[in-house]
Formats: sequence, C-alpha cells, structure tokens
Amino acid sequence: MARFRKKKAQGAQRINTASLPDIIFMLLFFFMVTTVMRETTMLVKIKLPEATEIQKLERKSLVSFIYVGEPVRSYLYGTESRIQLNDQFATVADIQEFIAREREARDEVDRKFMTTSIKADQMTRMGVITDIKQELRKSGAFKINYSSRKGAVKQN
Amino acid sequence: MRKLRQLQEVNAGSMADIAFLLLIFFLVTTTMDVDTGISRSLPPPVEDDTQIDIRDRNIFKVLVNSADMLLVEGKEGSLSTLKDETKYFMKNPNNDPNLPEKKLEFIELLGEVWISRGVVSLKNDRGTSYDMYIRVQNELTAAFRELRDELSVDKFGTRFYNLTDDQRKAIQSAVPIAISEAEPEDIGGK
Repeated sequence: MARFRKKKAQGAQRINTASLPDIIFMLLFFFMVTTVMRETTMLVKIKLPEATEIQKLERKSLVSFIYVGEPVRSYLYGTESRIQLNDQFATVADIQEFIAREREARDEVDRKFMTTSIKADQMTRMGVITDIKQELRKSGAFKINYSSRKGAVKQN
Repeated sequence: MRKLRQLQEVNAGSMADIAFLLLIFFLVTTTMDVDTGISRSLPPPVEDDTQIDIRDRNIFKVLVNSADMLLVEGKEGSLSTLKDETKYFMKNPNNDPNLPEKKLEFIELLGEVWISRGVVSLKNDRGTSYDMYIRVQNELTAAFRELRDELSVDKFGTRFYNLTDDQRKAIQSAVPIAISEAEPEDIGGK
C-alpha cells in the first residue's frame, strides 16, 4: 500500500514564470509602437496660454507646427520673440516656403485637411502672430489652431 | 557515450530582465500628450480694398489694446462679462433696433429658426499679449458654443456635443461662428 502514498508538497508551489518574458515583450511592443520620438529640438521657450474651449488636434501627421517664443539660449540670441520652423530659427518671410514644403510632403488627398498649429509663448506680442497669420493667409493655409493648454482662464 | 548528450539549452532566465529594461526605457521616453488648442479658419486674403458693407448694428466691436485692456462696443469691457455680452448681442432677445437683425430661415431638421446676422469684430494691437488674445478668443468661442448648446437643447434635447453629424450641421448653419478679425493695423508701438 505504501506505493500509493501521496508525496507531501515540499514548501510553497512555484509559479511558472516561463510566460513572463512574453507578457513583458507584449507591453514592450505596445510602447515601441506608440512612442513618438520628439523630432524637433526646441530652440525657443514656450509656455502655452490656458484656455477652456479647446479641441483636440486630430490627424497629427497633417499638422505643421510654428513655434514662437523667447530663444532658449537668450544669451546668444537675445530675448526678442523668434519664430522656429522645423529645427531652426526663421523669419516671417520663410513661412510661405515652409508651408509650401509641408504641403509637398503630404498626400494630395490630404492637403485640404492640413492644419497649422501656432505654438506661441503666452508672453509673445501679437505683432509676430499677426504677421504669421498674414503669411499663412497668403499661402492658403487657412486652417489654424492656437495651441493652448486646458486650464481655468483668469478673469483679468 | 558522451557525444549523444542533449543539446545545451540557452538560459532564458534573463530575457525578462532585458525586456524589462527596454520596456522601462520606452515607458520613460513615451509622451502621450495630445495637442489641443482653439481652432480657427482664416479668411482668404483680400486682393483689392473691397469694403464689405455690414450695417453698424450688426457688428459687435471688440478691441484689445497694447496694455491688454478691452474696449467692447465703445465702452471699457472686462473678460468676465464678455461672454454674456456677446451672447446677448447675438441673440437680441428684445428685437432692439441697435442690436443685429435676425432673419427667419428654414433649416432642415430644425424647422424655422431665427438666424442672427451679427458679426463679432475682433481687433487687436501689435502690442497685445498672446495670452490676452487667447483669453478673448476663448470667451468668444465659449459664447458661440453656449449659443449652439442652447439651440440644440431646445431642438433636440441634448447638448451640441452629443448630436449626430447631420444635426450638428444644421445647428452650425443656424449659429455660425461669426468672428471676424480686422486687417492688421499699426496703432501702438511694438
């Protein structure tokens, strides 16, 4: 009869961890796919203004950004608001070319959905913004978005 | 016989650790920020100096000067009342002859609705701060959003946000976002 005696469990049962790497890999791939590496290095400091009536920017691949703000290296470039397009400083006169290039890079079907997002620091003077808007009108980029954060709006 | 021994297996115990390391790297570098902002569409450029005639009663003038002060309809205004003033102007509930005209129009899904002919004219100085400009735009947007909400609650019993595409189009044509920005002018210094 001793033959059928059950062996007593020795200590706690070990959990099988063989599938742990698979789970981790799954998570890993998820993050790898969703990660968007920042492709532009910011040359200007931007603190976005706050607003409540904001909308999400859809179809990010169709959005071109114009950054306006005080240069990060203000000891080199001064504190006057500067425009940044892609990776370098630009002037208002460069905007039309920038928009034309952005348009070239997109599919013809998508061109009419293109949006220009103006990311400007809240201390920027409207003079620069107005100039940018005039240039955008001239180059036919009518859809714009004033980038802003969600937050309570101070009343005066 | 020694040679027939089974193939040695690679120790995969550290695989999870390596994967973890990579995972943490991607977790840290991932930015899940969504870009948000106030959307507007710019008017096409005007070739010649064609003056579009809009009656004075239909224009709601909002001026922002270089000291970030507001002038609403010729009087000093404040941000806290701008939204309600805009709404009152656009609705013109008492058919005041100084407030904008309204036109009765038939719109599908809505039936006959009064459409205001009012236009908000926003003008800013080159010296206005961007922050103030966004705040004013925000209040104006809020006014139009609330007007749309009111109409859709009235007609469909729910907020504008919850409507179907067709219903949205109907409301949009009944309450268009009529914010016009004046051609830039140099008033003050930079």
